[in-house]
Amino acid sequence: MTIPGGGPRSRGPPLPRTRSSSEKVTVSSVTSAVTNRRRRLRELRRAAPFVLPFLLLFVCVYLIPTGYSLEQSFFAVKRSGLGLTGSRTVFAGFDNYVQVFHDTDFLDSLGRVAFIGVIQVPLMLAIALVLALMLDSAAARGGRLFRVAYFVPYGLPGVIAGLVWSFLYAPSLSPVTRLLDSAGIHASFVSDAALPFSIANILTWAWTGYNTILMYAALQAVPQETMEAAALDGCTGWKAALLVKVPQIRPALLMTLVFSIIGTFQLYNEPATMKSVAPNLSSTYTPIMATLRSVSSNNFNYAATQSVVLGALICVLSVAVFRASAKRTDS
Amino acid sequence: MTSTMHPPAPTTTAKAAPPPPRRRSKGSPLTTVNPASRLFVLAVMSLFALYFLLPVWWLIVSATKGSGELFSGSGFWFGHHFALWDNVQTLFRAQGGIYSRWLLNSLLYAVGGGVVSTLLAAMCGYALAKLPFPGREAVFGTVLAAVLLPAPVLAVPLYLLFSHTGVVNTFWSVFIPSIVSPFGVYLSRIYAASSIPDALIEAGRIDGAGELRIFAMGMRIMAPAMVTVFLFQFVAIWTNFLLPSLMLANSRLQPVTVGLVGWREMQGYPIGYATVVTGAMLSVVPVVAMFVSLQSFWSKGLVAGAVK
Repeated sequence: MTIPGGGPRSRGPPLPRTRSSSEKVTVSSVTSAVTNRRRRLRELRRAAPFVLPFLLLFVCVYLIPTGYSLEQSFFAVKRSGLGLTGSRTVFAGFDNYVQVFHDTDFLDSLGRVAFIGVIQVPLMLAIALVLALMLDSAAARGGRLFRVAYFVPYGLPGVIAGLVWSFLYAPSLSPVTRLLDSAGIHASFVSDAALPFSIANILTWAWTGYNTILMYAALQAVPQETMEAAALDGCTGWKAALLVKVPQIRPALLMTLVFSIIGTFQLYNEPATMKSVAPNLSSTYTPIMATLRSVSSNNFNYAATQSVVLGALICVLSVAVFRASAKRTDS
Repeated sequence: MTSTMHPPAPTTTAKAAPPPPRRRSKGSPLTTVNPASRLFVLAVMSLFALYFLLPVWWLIVSATKGSGELFSGSGFWFGHHFALWDNVQTLFRAQGGIYSRWLLNSLLYAVGGGVVSTLLAAMCGYALAKLPFPGREAVFGTVLAAVLLPAPVLAVPLYLLFSHTGVVNTFWSVFIPSIVSPFGVYLSRIYAASSIPDALIEAGRIDGAGELRIFAMGMRIMAPAMVTVFLFQFVAIWTNFLLPSLMLANSRLQPVTVGLVGWREMQGYPIGYATVVTGAMLSVVPVVAMFVSLQSFWSKGLVAGAVK
């Protein structure tokens, strides 16, 4: 930094000094470099047996499939003639990506999960936060019992939950629709218009309790002194909860938000099991389902492209959420 | 939601503010709550408890009904005939007893995968926390990024790679992805960094103990974190559906989730709805058992994960 601004006089004198000192250092730096290298080798030898088993598998299960998909997304299978003479794989450049961004099925599926996410994630997190604050508040009794009750849906595998709800939604079999029928309300949970809400309900049912417990755990860590100080300033009850406690558990809230957004974009189990009661549910309802349809129609290169786009989208979204929240903390 | 919360707030503050702050930390104005808001809180919490428990209750009740009664009468109360045992017998006899095979597969994937992944994650997390080596931060950064990459998005690339290498439709195609847990490494590293004293490692080295021997000592300290990692991995593998349904065409290799969804899609024939519901209920039992038996461990680990 001083080089362009500094005159020759200021630069002149130090030069020989650094040279001579560097000459002096070279001997010791060579030996220190050797010991450094020895130390590093020793450290590596020591850590390798602990790190390598995981790292090798991690490379096999995460990095290689990702790299392989990335590579495959730039190729396409071209069938020559009428497809009788076999096919060959050719380099396709960005053709697959262009196709993805013109693929209405895939874009629609992204729109659907975005719509479900926009209604479901804020609602779920708001409920979870209220329940967590209630569990944490002095007004709560039997907190342990409620915590267990809220956590129960988490123990049900996604598809088992989907299975249960598929019976509760089924037009002819559901006890809920029968109850509503007897009350004179003829509702369908599986019509095209109702489907996003029905799916959002399964997600809310399955994940609210889990998020409640995470937020509750963070609330428990808010120091008692902070709340006492707030109380001295006349801030108690819900005002204290919203103004003092909630900002304190920002990291936990952010974590639940990011994981909920990611969860919505990877939606698969619930709509897949809903299909047995909703024949009108499109086979490309969510991005993962659209990708799987490409797999089942043997269009592997296109499936790889869809996976890459979806993965990249999720990464960008989570980074954006982290960024946005970091900015708000700064200001 | 929040707008309905406001009404009781003024009364709480009005009542709680006047008494002078007491010295004892527990007896602060925060703990004095008027009965109205206590009732309100209880009502809201009970309502949501009902919402979370009702579908589970339906599952339990329905598993005790014969196929004739399953969809008649009240869905949320027991039928006239208690048919649980008949249902269980039908379940385990269906298609040559394939359900027990599915349970066994799930157990094998979940317990085996859980144990191996926990051990690998603990070793790696321990090294990342306690053994300095060049490139350590790069390794941790990569693992951390992978925590954000959701498993379902990775499932298709894994399938493409495994079908390219011919691993699909084998035990290993589901087992190998199950033993890698980046989240486990993350949690293990955090826990090891804060709980294993450097003095323990140095003392071990001075005494001439091997690194593996020292790790074995550290593992005892890391036990709560390891139980948490095991539990979460067990649940993740047990509940996994997409990966095994993609990888396994052979029904004798499938876990219970994939099998049950296949049965559900038959729409009642030849496998009856009562059998599917009973199978669904029984498939949840191992997860519940695991949670209950390890409760004291995972509740601690969960708190540590949420706070840090």
